[in-house]
Formats: sequence, structure tokens, C-alpha cells
Amino acid sequence: MTTLSLDHVSRWFGNVVAVNDITMTIGPGVTGLLGPNGAGKSTLINMMGGFLAPSTGTVTLDGQPVWRNEEIYKHIGIVPEREAMYDFLTGREFVVANAELHGLDARAAQRALATVEMEYAQDRKIATYSKGMRQRVKMASALVHDPSLLLLDEPFNGMDPRQRMQLMELLRRMGDEGRTVLFSSHILEEVEQLAWHIEVIVAGRHAASGDFRRIRRLMTDRPHRYLVRSSDDRALAAALIADPSTSGIEVDHAEGALRVQAVDFARFTALLPRVAKAHGIRLLTVSPSDESLESVFSYLVAA
Amino acid sequence: MYDPTVARLTYRALLGRRRALILGALPLLLVVIAVAVRGLTGADDQTAVNVLGGFALATMVPIIGVIAGTGAIGPEIDDGSVVYLLSKPVKRPTIIFTKLIVAIGVTMAFSAVPTLIAGLILNGNGQQIAVAYTVAALVASIAYAALFLLLGTVSRHAVVFGLVYALVWEALFGSLVAGARTLSVQQWSLAVAHKVAGGDLVTSDVGLTTATVLLVAVTVLATWYAGQRLRSLTLAGEE
Repeated sequence: MTTLSLDHVSRWFGNVVAVNDITMTIGPGVTGLLGPNGAGKSTLINMMGGFLAPSTGTVTLDGQPVWRNEEIYKHIGIVPEREAMYDFLTGREFVVANAELHGLDARAAQRALATVEMEYAQDRKIATYSKGMRQRVKMASALVHDPSLLLLDEPFNGMDPRQRMQLMELLRRMGDEGRTVLFSSHILEEVEQLAWHIEVIVAGRHAASGDFRRIRRLMTDRPHRYLVRSSDDRALAAALIADPSTSGIEVDHAEGALRVQAVDFARFTALLPRVAKAHGIRLLTVSPSDESLESVFSYLVAA
Repeated sequence: MYDPTVARLTYRALLGRRRALILGALPLLLVVIAVAVRGLTGADDQTAVNVLGGFALATMVPIIGVIAGTGAIGPEIDDGSVVYLLSKPVKRPTIIFTKLIVAIGVTMAFSAVPTLIAGLILNGNGQQIAVAYTVAALVASIAYAALFLLLGTVSRHAVVFGLVYALVWEALFGSLVAGARTLSVQQWSLAVAHKVAGGDLVTSDVGLTTATVLLVAVTVLATWYAGQRLRSLTLAGEE
């Protein structure tokens, strides 16, 4: 059983505090590190991976310090966010090199390539790979020594839905096998689909920790605001307000649209198209007006 | 202390694509100059000294050293791919030492070998001039590779600083200010060349003992410090 512990970890760059007094314990299973861009997720992951010294506090893996301890990498696999990865090598050469650096041979590399299903393109230069293929080869290089802790920085960035699903399946499997898997993301849905446990970082602080359902409820229990344009705004407004899922509607003349406040997210999203169809109203625009991640997080921090 | 995988990755990065062309250009130019000079003036010891000392040792060797030394690690740190070396149970000084060996090898191959060829063309190794400058290029390759490898771990603008050192300090400043010549890899290697050639054709401003001590000290200190730099290298994210 592998446990990564952060004890009162802070990191600042000059006057800027990137990570502020974070204490957390990451155990076996899949943990999502969620936060908006610039929240300090990469800084935190770099400290977890031993690539950055905490300004104060300690990061330990089963009691062993991570910083300046090369031996710890026998137990850690890292999938960095950055793209660069010896583009002049083929996928196989790259993974074999990673295996050799762990004192392993080409068979370990071949197993890892099979795990990520990249054998079909293993003899092509990495320079010719798509983003998703690069991500999988990076993953193979991180798995080559069968690590008990896997750290992934924004692993789903730029992947298409199919590749995303494949990687999610793989990470889920790793978690089921008892590995400690931590990945960062700024996309709530990604984390929700995959993680058993969520750590939320906002502006360098540890904003929430725990089961994703609890955190999701915190996020969904608040009123949702939508901007709606239709062929007949007033008729639509009258029909929507009759339902308890809608708590308020404002006619915004300047925008030529309705501003709808819904209290029951699921019910409202089902109601809107039904009501419109029943009244012969065409929906032109339906956009959530405060769904940007920052507003979701600020709500969460206030909660 | 030496890791064959790190060495292979470094060789392939150094000798791949554009960098190999740049590495090959100067030696080619040296040989072309040697052929032209020999053709125009015939074999002459002083001319050989001028060409080998003025172009090969003063300009070509340090520039090759900059390209190979900084190129052995700088680009990996810049683009972040060094993370694949650092996230392994491999001692950081081992990574530096291995890269140093590769940088030295590449610098020697692209500077000492063409120096010998040019020397043989210029005066057929008369007065041991070709061999003397070749030895100087070999010795200088070691110190330059160590210095510029360190620079590659210290600065993102290692190539620029390296070229400024090579061209302004070694070539220009060194010829104008006497003190600068004492602190010049070129002069230290010339001291070794002087010993090999004997006579007064090849001269240095520094004595052989001082030169040897300084060469060893600079190489060892630069390598040690580069290892320390890599141990505390922090990879700031893209945030």
C-alpha cells in the first residue's frame, strides 16, 4: 500500500504564492486533483514528483522524502503535461530507453507498450504521433517499472473522446489493482467520471477534499443561471415559471434574451425543450451563464 | 558513473538533424581553407601556425565546444524532456558525467580530427605543428565541454553566453588584454601544444604547470557544479 503525504506544503516563487499550506494524504485508488487553470496544480504535482522543493513543509512517500531522493523513482511513474519527449526516437526506442534507465530490459518496455495498445505504431518516430498517441507512449514510459504511485498532469488535455475513454479505462484498472493514481484536471466532468476521491485546489489553497458526490452536490445545489433566446421569449417565460424547477426569470431587453434561474438542474434541463416544443417555440440560444469553472469554484470556496 | 542509455540519448540528440550540420560546417571550412592556403602559398610552417592557431584553436574548437557542451543538456532542460531522465533511479552526477563524456567525444571528433587533417594538408606535420595543435584541440575539448555543459545547466541562453565567451573573451579580449589570456582555455591548451612541438613556433602566455592545474581544476569543478545544479533542478510547470 502506497501513501503520498503532503504536510503543510507551501511553495512560493518570489512574491507569488503558488501553493499555500496544503496538507493531504493520497492513498490507493484514483484521486482527481481538480482546480481551475493557474490554481497551482502543476506546482503541486511537481512537488509530489520531486521536481520542485517545497518552500516549507514536506512531501513523503510511505515516509520517505521525495525531494532529492532518486531511489524513490523506483516506486513512482510520472506522466508530465509537457509535450517534449525525444521526438527523434521511435515510440519503442523511447520506452526501451525508459526501461533501461530503470535497469530493466526491452521485455518490460514491450509489456508497457502492449498495456497502452501502442504496439501498432511503436516503430514510428514520436515526431509523427498525434497528441493521444504521445500521451499513451508517455503512459507506457511511466508504467514500464510497474510503479505503485502514478502521477499524471492534465493527462486528458487534447485527447479525442475515444482516446479519453481508453485512458480512463486504463487508469481505472490501475486504481482497481491497488495502485495510488493521482491525476490533475481543470474539467469537472473528467474528474467525476474517473476519480473515487477528489482534492480541489483553488488559488493555491486546498478548497475541498473527499467523495466526488458530496463535492458535486455542493456545486449542483446552487441555482443555475441560463441565458435563453427563443422565437417567443415572453411565452416561454410564462411557461417556464409555472414549473417549480424555475425560481426566477428576467427579460433582458439589451441582450434580447431571457435570464433564467433554475433551482433543479436536472429537471430544468429536461423541462426546457419539452415546454418549448409544446408551445411551438423555437429555442435559438441556451447557454449556462455562470458555468465557467471559476464561478463553480468560487461557489465551492464560499460554501 | 557512466550510463549507456543516457549516452545513447545524448548522442542521438547531438548528432541528429540540424546540429550535426552546424557541427560539420566549421571543420569543413577549416579543411577548405587549408587546401586553399596550401595551394596558394605552398607548405609553410608559420602559415600553418597562423591558420591552426588563429582559426582552428581560437575559433573553431570553442564554437564546437559550445554547440556540443550546451547541446548535450540545454535543449532537454529547455523543453522539459529532461524529466524522463530525472524521474529515474539514476544519480544526477551520473547523468552529468555521462553527458560530459559524450560532449567531449563529439567536440574532439569535430575539432581535433579536422585540425589534424588541416595541419597535414598545410605543412605535412612539419615541426610537429599538426600534432601539437591536434593535442591542443583534444585538451581544449575536455575543458570546453565541461564549461559549456555547466552553462547548459545554468542558463536558458547558454549558447549565446557560450559564443560570447568563445568569441569575445577567447578570441578578441584575449588578444588585447594580457590578464585575460591567463584565464583562457585556448592559452592553457597552447601551453600543452608548446610542449609537444618544442621550438618557438607554438607559444603560450601560460606555463605548462599552471595550464595543467587550471585545465584539471576547471574541468573537475565545472562537472561537479553541473551535477549539483541538476540535483536541485526544478521543473516549474507551464502555469
